[in-house]
Amino acid sequence: MKPYPFEYTRVSSLEEAVTLLQREDEPRIIAGGQSLVPILAMRLAAPSRLIDIGGLSALRGIERRGDVLRIGALARHAEVMASAEVAEAVPLLARAISHVAHPAVRNRGTFGGSVCLADPAAELPAVCTALGATFEVFGSDGLRTIPAREFFLDIYETALAPDEILVAAQLPVACPKERFGFEEIARRHGDFAIVGLAVRARMEGTLFAELDLCFFGASPRPVLAQNAARAVIGQELTDETQQAAVSALTADLDPQEDAQADAEMRLHLAGVLLKRRLAEIAGKERQQ
Amino acid sequence: MSEPRQSVSLTVNEERHDVTVPNRKHLADILREDLGFTGVHVGCEHGVCGACTVRIDGAITRSCLVFGVQADGAEIETIEYLSAQSETRDLVDTFVAENALQCGFCTPGMVISAAALLAETPDPTREEVRAYLSGNYCRCTGYQAIVDAVMMTAAGRRAAKGERA
Ligand SMILES: Cc1cc2nc3c(=O)[nH]c(=O)nc-3n(C[C@H](O)[C@H](O)[C@H](O)COP(=O)(O)OP(=O)(O)OC[C@H]3O[C@@H](n4cnc5c(N)ncnc54)[C@H](O)[C@@H]3O)c2cc1C
Ligand code: FES
Ligand code: FES
Repeated sequence: MKPYPFEYTRVSSLEEAVTLLQREDEPRIIAGGQSLVPILAMRLAAPSRLIDIGGLSALRGIERRGDVLRIGALARHAEVMASAEVAEAVPLLARAISHVAHPAVRNRGTFGGSVCLADPAAELPAVCTALGATFEVFGSDGLRTIPAREFFLDIYETALAPDEILVAAQLPVACPKERFGFEEIARRHGDFAIVGLAVRARMEGTLFAELDLCFFGASPRPVLAQNAARAVIGQELTDETQQAAVSALTADLDPQEDAQADAEMRLHLAGVLLKRRLAEIAGKERQQ
Repeated sequence: MSEPRQSVSLTVNEERHDVTVPNRKHLADILREDLGFTGVHVGCEHGVCGACTVRIDGAITRSCLVFGVQADGAEIETIEYLSAQSETRDLVDTFVAENALQCGFCTPGMVISAAALLAETPDPTREEVRAYLSGNYCRCTGYQAIVDAVMMTAAGRRAAKGERA
C-alpha cells in the first residue's frame, strides 16, 4: 500500500495551479486527499506531481448570496454538516451530508473533492444534480460556470477540462413551497450507498407541480429519473401514480453490478426508495 | 526516478520535530518510523479501518490518508499523549475495565474517535455511538463491549458533573 513516487507542490494561487496543470505530464490536484490518497495507495494512478490546493483561501467558505448558497470547493464535509446557513438555506444538503463517510474522513474531505471525483454512488453530486446547482470553475481562460446537470458524465468522469479547477458550487436556496427527500441504502452508516435518492418537489395543494428525482448508485452517474417524475407531475400521489413512477424507473436507470449488489437488486431498491420518499413528501403536504 | 523528498516541521504531542521525508510517505509511517510513536497503528493503509486515527489541529483524522508533506506546520496528537489527558484518561480506564479490547490493535483509534464523539455529544445513545464509530474496525470484540465502555464513560462524566454541581 505504498504509492509510486511523485513530486509535490503546495500552490499559493489558482493561476499557479493552472500553470502546473498545463506543464506537467501527469498532474493531479489534491484537496482533502480522502479519495485520492487511497487511489494512490492502491497504485490505481501514478501522477508525476500532486498539486496541493489546500492553501487557497479563495476556495474556502460557505456564504449566502441572495438566492444562492455558495459553497467553496475546499469547504470540508464537517463544516457543511455544522453550518447553520446550510441547514436553513439548503435542507436537502443538510440531510445528505451526515451520510458522507465517517467523522474522521469528514474532517478533511472537501465538497469540491467529492464533486470532482464523481463517484456514481456519492451523495453530494446527486444533491447538486437534484437542486440544479451551478459550478464555478477556473482555467486558462479564467472563470466559467457549468450546470451540475451537465457536469457528471460517467463513472469518475466530469465536464472539467484537464487544466480546470473547481472553485465553488452555487446551490439554490430553498423556497417555502419546496419539499425535499433524501434516503440511501448502505450496508454500514457512512459507506457509499448501494442506491440512494435525493428529491426536490414543489407542491400545489396535493398536486406535484415540480419534481426532480436524482438517483445515485443506480447508474454510472447521478441521474434525474425523468420518466418517473413525469408519471407523477401534475397529479396527486395515488397507488396508480406511484406504481407508474416505479415502473418508469426501468427506462430512467442503468444499474450496474458490483460486489455489493446486482443490477436487478439496485432497480428494486430504487423503487422502494421512490415509494417511500414520494409518500413522505405527499404526506407532509396533506398535514398543512 | 530518484525519490522526491521535502522537509517538514511537525508538532507532535507538543514537541516540534523537523524531518525530511519522501513526498509519498504518509503521516502514520512518519509518526511510527521517523518519530517512534508506535501507538499509531497501521491496518489497511487506505482509509477504511480507522486504526491510524490521530488528532491533527484538534480534529480526528486518518493519518494514513495524509501525506507528511501536506501536514507541514500541523499540530498532531497521538494516543501516547492523549491517553494521559483528562479528556481521554477515563475512557482508556473504562476500555480496560470493560474488556473493550482483546488484541488492542484498534484501540488507539477507537479511543481517539470515541473521545471526539463525547466532546461533541456528551449524552449519546448506543445507536449514535455505533454510527460515530462505524469507521473504526475491530476484528476481536464484536463492538458490544466498546459501545458499553463509551456509554459508561459518558454516564460517569455526567455523574461526576452532578456531584460537583
Ligand atoms: C472510508 C471512507 C468512506 C467514504 N465514504 C464516502 C461516502 O459515503 N460518500 C461519499 O461521497 N464519499 C465518501 N468518501 C470519500 C470522501 O467523501 C472524500 O472526501 C471525497 O470523495 C473527496 O474529497 P477530497 O477533498 O478528499 O478530495 P481528494 O481525494 O483530494 O480528490 C478527489 C479527486 O478530485 C480532484 N479534485 C479535488 N478537488 C478539486 C478541485 N477543487 N478542482 C478540480 N479537481 C479536484 C482530485 O484531483 C481527485 O481526482 C469516503 C472516503 C473514505 C476514506
Ligand atoms: S490504516 Fe489508516 S484507516 Fe486503516
Ligand atoms: S481489539 Fe483486536 S481489533 Fe479491536
